[in-house]
Amino acid sequence: MKAKVHVTLKQGVLDPQGKAVQHALEQLGFDGVDDVRQGKFIELELSETDPKKAEIEVEAMCQKLLANMVIEDFHVDILEG
Amino acid sequence: MKTAVIVFPGSNCDRDVQVALRQSMNSEPLMVWHGDASLPDVDLIVVPGGFSYGDYLRSGAMAAQSPVMRDVVAKADRGVPVLGICNGFQVLTECGLLPGVLMRNAGLKFVCKDVYLRTEAADTAFTGGYSHGQVIRIPVAHHDGNYFADDETLARLQGEERIAFRYVDADGQQGNGANPNGSLDDIAGVLNEGRTVLGLMPHPERLSDPALGGNQGRPMFDGLVVALS
Repeated sequence: MKAKVHVTLKQGVLDPQGKAVQHALEQLGFDGVDDVRQGKFIELELSETDPKKAEIEVEAMCQKLLANMVIEDFHVDILEG
Repeated sequence: MKTAVIVFPGSNCDRDVQVALRQSMNSEPLMVWHGDASLPDVDLIVVPGGFSYGDYLRSGAMAAQSPVMRDVVAKADRGVPVLGICNGFQVLTECGLLPGVLMRNAGLKFVCKDVYLRTEAADTAFTGGYSHGQVIRIPVAHHDGNYFADDETLARLQGEERIAFRYVDADGQQGNGANPNGSLDDIAGVLNEGRTVLGLMPHPERLSDPALGGNQGRPMFDGLVVALS
């Protein structure tokens, strides 16, 4: 079973890297990018076979290590098979 | 007085702080490897600067989970003073001994230069070598020093006078581009609730000997010896 974790900055937390990327895109001529927020994508291979248990386990991993809850939110997708 | 310096893979200021402590204490600090499950009883624990675990995931995040840090947290909970410098500050926020987080510098660049700090809380073991309001020149060298905390936490830090140092100009004034990293409220260092844990981004150990270009960092270590001996 696979888990895909997205870690993103909370709304309201400034993201200077995202701003720099947005600026660079503008300079390359890509108009119409209203905002850029940069985050992390983490993929986990799990031995757990119960998707519900896997989700609870990965959420605990996010809270303990994968995300810093002061500034980051996370989203977990469990892929069966 | 007994001190321990925690050494992670990627620490690079452990030897600097060892020299500064030796100079002030007149004895040898213990160097404790991150993989050790516990450390001996000491009067002061220093978590040094560097790039522990290559700053993987987030600065300080991996080091905060290393075996020795469990014992550092347990000892800090019992009141043993802990000083975290630069990466050490990042480790202390990641393991929950200090509130907030150190984000990427607002200017996105690694900043390595001398800055001026104003001593905002001289009533601790760490800062007793300085007077309240004293301005000191100390170097910073970091990429992730942009201190952030939510509004409630910031209000508590301010209300409880737990901001130990702020970035200022040579005249002791905030603003005028004195803040090198965009940190909230010009914060350079914060204390825990019991005032027994200090984390700061600047490096007092790097200006603790006139041969290094200045010694305004030395009073921190001399003051610790006075307070803890």
